[in-house]
Amino acid sequence: MTRALILLRRRLIGSVFVLLIVVIGTFLLLEAAPGDAVDAYIVSTGGDAGMIELLRHRWGLDQSALTRLANYLWALLHLDLGQSVTFSGPIRDVILERLPNTLLLMGSATALSFGLGSALGIYAGARPGSFRDRFLSIGSLALYAVPGFWLALVLIIIFAVDLRWFPIGGIESIASGKTGLDRAADIARHLILPVSALGFIYLALYLRMMRAGMAEVWRQDFVLAARAKGLSRRRIVLAHVARNALLPLVTMLGLQSAQMLGGSVVIESVFSVPGLGRLAQEAVAARDTPLLLGIILVSAVLVIAINLLVDIAYAFLDPRVGASEASA
Amino acid sequence: MSNVTISRRTVLAGSALLLASTALPTIGWAQTPKKGGRLVVAADSEPRNLNPAIVASNGVFFISSKIVETLAEASFDGKDGLDPRLATSWEGAADGLSVTFKLREGVKWHDGKPFTSADVAFSALQIWKPLQNLGRTVFKDLEAVDTPDELTAVFKFAKPTPFQLIRNALPALSSVVPKHIYETGKIDENPANNAPVGTGPFKFVEHKSGEYYRLEKNADYWVKNQPYLDEIIYQVLPDRTSAASALEAEEIQLAAFSAVPLADLDRISKVPGLKVVTKGYEGLTYQLVVEINHRRRELADLKVRQAIVHAIDKDFVVKTVFLGYAATATGPVPKNDPQFYTADVPTYAFDVAKANALLDEAGYNKGDDGKRFSLKLLPAPYFNETKQFGDYLRQALAAIGIDAQLVNNDSAAHIKAVYTDHAFDLAVGPPVFRGDPAISTTILVQSGIPDGVPFSNQGGYKNDELDALIAKASETLDPAARTELYREFQRQVATDLPLINVAEWSFISVIKDTVANVANNPRWAVSNWADTWLET
Repeated sequence: MTRALILLRRRLIGSVFVLLIVVIGTFLLLEAAPGDAVDAYIVSTGGDAGMIELLRHRWGLDQSALTRLANYLWALLHLDLGQSVTFSGPIRDVILERLPNTLLLMGSATALSFGLGSALGIYAGARPGSFRDRFLSIGSLALYAVPGFWLALVLIIIFAVDLRWFPIGGIESIASGKTGLDRAADIARHLILPVSALGFIYLALYLRMMRAGMAEVWRQDFVLAARAKGLSRRRIVLAHVARNALLPLVTMLGLQSAQMLGGSVVIESVFSVPGLGRLAQEAVAARDTPLLLGIILVSAVLVIAINLLVDIAYAFLDPRVGASEASA
Repeated sequence: MSNVTISRRTVLAGSALLLASTALPTIGWAQTPKKGGRLVVAADSEPRNLNPAIVASNGVFFISSKIVETLAEASFDGKDGLDPRLATSWEGAADGLSVTFKLREGVKWHDGKPFTSADVAFSALQIWKPLQNLGRTVFKDLEAVDTPDELTAVFKFAKPTPFQLIRNALPALSSVVPKHIYETGKIDENPANNAPVGTGPFKFVEHKSGEYYRLEKNADYWVKNQPYLDEIIYQVLPDRTSAASALEAEEIQLAAFSAVPLADLDRISKVPGLKVVTKGYEGLTYQLVVEINHRRRELADLKVRQAIVHAIDKDFVVKTVFLGYAATATGPVPKNDPQFYTADVPTYAFDVAKANALLDEAGYNKGDDGKRFSLKLLPAPYFNETKQFGDYLRQALAAIGIDAQLVNNDSAAHIKAVYTDHAFDLAVGPPVFRGDPAISTTILVQSGIPDGVPFSNQGGYKNDELDALIAKASETLDPAARTELYREFQRQVATDLPLINVAEWSFISVIKDTVANVANNPRWAVSNWADTWLET
């Protein structure tokens, strides 16, 4: 356990700097984008000079960029994410309302792509060069090449519009009054299409990685030894070849979490899922700097946490890695 | 183009009724409305402030007009194009210094408190005049609102104000909110701005951010037996394609404000049970306008502006960009306006040769590369159609040797570039005509407007004669004389071309044919839907 603790402490210190850079960088980027929150707001309302001045003052946009950044960082130090101008409420509440939906979507999609991807990878890698290997490799590559929004739209047309097996979007039935298990089943039904759309795209990655890893392991001497021992093919595939090929996939899992967050922006919009990705898109369009910073911070913390978990898991899965990390 | 596509189902229902009428002579075409049911509507945005008294915009009205009512609503056949709502009558004094409203009796707020003239006085003086985006202009001279009794409100103006303008402003600018809820604390921070309380046929129940708004029937509504619907749900569908899919999957029954893109209408009109409706938006006309930066030397030359108009094939734009769902424009007032429009203005036929000749005459000869000069063209990103027209305009200008470089921005960046930084030569904008040129139209060409005011003359255009005409019209009380001044205004704008009006369009609804009583007034999508009902 101490090994994990040392890792944790070192990572946390590094993370604070990463977060600070992320916050300042995002702030500057958004500051460089033309137009501010008031400009974005008056698109739908219009208004005269007096009203515009009043809004700028009320939303604190008449202060210099530096003052606003300093104020934001000072508030952040007190764990205050500030107020959203587009949602006229505390950003913490806005984000907490959306975060569970994104976590659910991301988590399920990751489980799908990792689980199914590595399983199919093992299936393909068990007999490298066979017909099923080629079929799965090409099929998954084709899936990987498909743009996410297109796959999402095709799924909607087939399964929601034509067959009507699943709802076209949303996270749950509107004001249905469902509770407990009924509600969970309802949410699951709503999530099937978005999770498939998000998960199937990344499935190829795990499948091909697994397959390639296994193809390499097959050539190792210990596989020959296992064969010589007279182990069954099934046991060789699962316990020796696949297990050794699995480690890079775990690393990939951490790296992919950031991409999943990015992919969820598109999927959440197409399926009208009220999640963080869609919120980020709205925040940019509305030039709601504090809201976007809040979302980016939460996402960064999420990605850092996932990678930390992956590293800890890695340390357990492969003793060699943990030992070198701890002594370094 | 027919206004309402009759779907197969309505035709069948109609013939069934005809058959039945021989047996039951009392049954006519007007069916008895059924009570109950949930109407699910597509919503593409979630306004940050739902108070229509502060934010008079279609996005806000779409939801809040069912909850908060105005003094009067637009009407196809009512006197002066109005139907009474919270006011039962309105009368302007001959000197233009006062307007007297008689208010409806027995109206209650959703919290049970009675609606009185104090609410009207409060809304007008504390909200419309100081805070409302449009009211700040129209009600700028409003000095006091006298309330001699609970059902009379007398608006007093410091300067003569045309009654015609006040009347035309009623449907959009006169949302009345309860004084007892807004009198304590800051008005713009009041929680009721996001959970409105009104007198309308529906009560606000909840808003789940990113998911839906839910309104439920107001059992105490002042029209007996209305509303018919139990519930209205606005389902938030941010993706452009999802409204059409949701209609086809029968998850929603109505997509208003062209939530279904024009390109999909042909396909969706063939889906059984769905109808495409173009009526019900007559009072919400958008104008496709080329905004011109007159600071640019070439564009300050009238001949160049004339050449640009001659280079634009308005019929092609209507047919190709709007797929026929629009009309060509002649000037700054749309053709469908019943009060002010005049066709008696200079017109410019599509004539590339003439345009080229005008440019030659102006002294901008083609260079060796066939180009006369370059321009920066900024199409507004708010509508697909404004972007597509930008692409068209670039090609149309290329044909007369003007090299237009397209600059595509998102909404916030576009507003800043055009209206604050003036970093454009030509821009494509969609201003709204709101029933009276004084509300949001004259500002498009008037001079002396501070930098940063959106949807106004930010092109540096200054024409003393036109300014004087606008000023005169704003204080002319006699409706006939005032109307004549605005006709002259249209002539002058079409002559001097401070901007170029290309086309006029409005929105399209796609509605399930079980929804009855739709599109029955000129602002239907933003009216109260008290008489809308669902066939089962």
